Amino acid sequence: MFLQQLINGLTLGSVYALIALGYTMVYGILELINFAHGEIYMLGAYLGIILLGFFTAIGLTSQSLSLSIILTLILTIIFCSSYGFTIEKIAYKPLRRSPRLSPLISAIGVSIFLQNYVMLTQGATDKVFSSIFGNAGFDFLSTRITYLQLAIILVSAVIMLLLHAFILKTKTGKAMRAVAQDKTMASLLGINIDTVISATFIIGSGLAAIAGVMVAMYYGLVNYYIGYTAGIKAFTAAVLGGIGSVPGAMLGGVILGLAESLGASYILREYIEYKDAFAFIILITILLAKPEGLLGKTSEEKI
Amino acid sequence: MLKLEKVDPFYGPIEALKGINIEISHGEIVSLIGSNGAGKSTCLMTVSGILKPSSGRIVLDNVDITGMPPHRIVKMGISQVPEGRRIFPRLTVLENLEMGAFLGRGNFSLLIERVYKLFPVLKERYRQYGGTLSGGEQQMLAIGRAMMSNPKILLLDEPSLGLSPIMVSKIFKTIHEINREGVTVLLVEQNARAALKLSNRGYVIENGTITIQGESEEMLNNEKVRHAYLGE
Repeated sequence: MFLQQLINGLTLGSVYALIALGYTMVYGILELINFAHGEIYMLGAYLGIILLGFFTAIGLTSQSLSLSIILTLILTIIFCSSYGFTIEKIAYKPLRRSPRLSPLISAIGVSIFLQNYVMLTQGATDKVFSSIFGNAGFDFLSTRITYLQLAIILVSAVIMLLLHAFILKTKTGKAMRAVAQDKTMASLLGINIDTVISATFIIGSGLAAIAGVMVAMYYGLVNYYIGYTAGIKAFTAAVLGGIGSVPGAMLGGVILGLAESLGASYILREYIEYKDAFAFIILITILLAKPEGLLGKTSEEKI
Repeated sequence: MLKLEKVDPFYGPIEALKGINIEISHGEIVSLIGSNGAGKSTCLMTVSGILKPSSGRIVLDNVDITGMPPHRIVKMGISQVPEGRRIFPRLTVLENLEMGAFLGRGNFSLLIERVYKLFPVLKERYRQYGGTLSGGEQQMLAIGRAMMSNPKILLLDEPSLGLSPIMVSKIFKTIHEINREGVTVLLVEQNARAALKLSNRGYVIENGTITIQGESEEMLNNEKVRHAYLGE
């Protein structure tokens, strides 16, 4: 039971962490909470289900499952990244010199727009995808671990390690950190701020796309409002870890996923419908006890 | 080499500069002195492209760079060390220097060798976070970082601000050394005496306009300059 919930929690937490990275990276650079980010994830889940359905229909999944998954991932990443890129250019960039509230409201607007756009084009009902993965997996200490769960956890872990290395070691990653710390100074050194900001949105949206495809495969169900709940939870994870901190978002996501699944089975039990509220209890507690988050930095260093 | 012709940057609700004319020749050190709020930093930020002038022209080696984005101006060979040093506190010393070389103007290992020779302490501390350095070391890092773009012209904004007298003379000696290697320098200073002693020519900026200009030696003897800026 415990191990089962642990695996479920880790799976969920990996997805939260992937989405949370998008929130935290954008916040780190623009101090903007990109409310439309959850919708990018939703778009990824939709496209994931549509593409997997298409590949099943043409028989590609039965021929080569891994090829169809990789193709789905690549196409979804490209699709979502171009959305993220365009949203920044249209909805946030023109407001960069405006008061901080303006881009925030613009973000909420984009979020509402995308929800309604998907509702109108895809319908308001759940889109179901009969899972091609079934319950395939193995038993470990009388716990059922599916291959899909294992894949989600591993893929997320690898992606997060790669992202961490990217931010720490590459020229673009260092430029991102420099821009996050002092935009004017970064441009005085020849760093093109617009390019760095675009790169941030492209990477964040790509991660959300991966999360979306994995969730689509995991639950086999999407609707136009999954971005809202997932987005708020991933945002909670980002705040929990310390918004602006990349390792914090990873940690926050995993903690939130574990807390939700363990909390639901051990603390809430028959009040399981309060599962979602659990995330927010954690958020409020953290904000009261440690407002800067687990790995966050207090903002006094803005000299 | 660098020419500001009637530059009139519109800076917020007030016009801080009113038709500035400055000309700098290759290999010179030119100082721009003036009191707080006279428009010195505005002038440098306009040259660097952070602020857009509402009128006038900025010309570098016969190329009009007015209104170019900052990263293209750096690419043209103008590098600025802004007031307050603004090093990246959560990047290491080495990473700060790497950011200076972002555009890849020149050979990285030669450039960093030159910076380490100018400021050996930076080599000792290359793995430390920028924010952990002392004020003087941060100023060295800020200058070193700007030098990493291999600039033709170095704009320095108040490099002596908040430093001990020993550190100030050290920084000024280094500026002299950098200039001897062929880098043209535009130096903005409140410490007028030190700036004029170091430079070939000087400009006095008051309320956004140039009021006095000339050879530094003359200016050190100029009655008005002595009275207003040298405290005599």
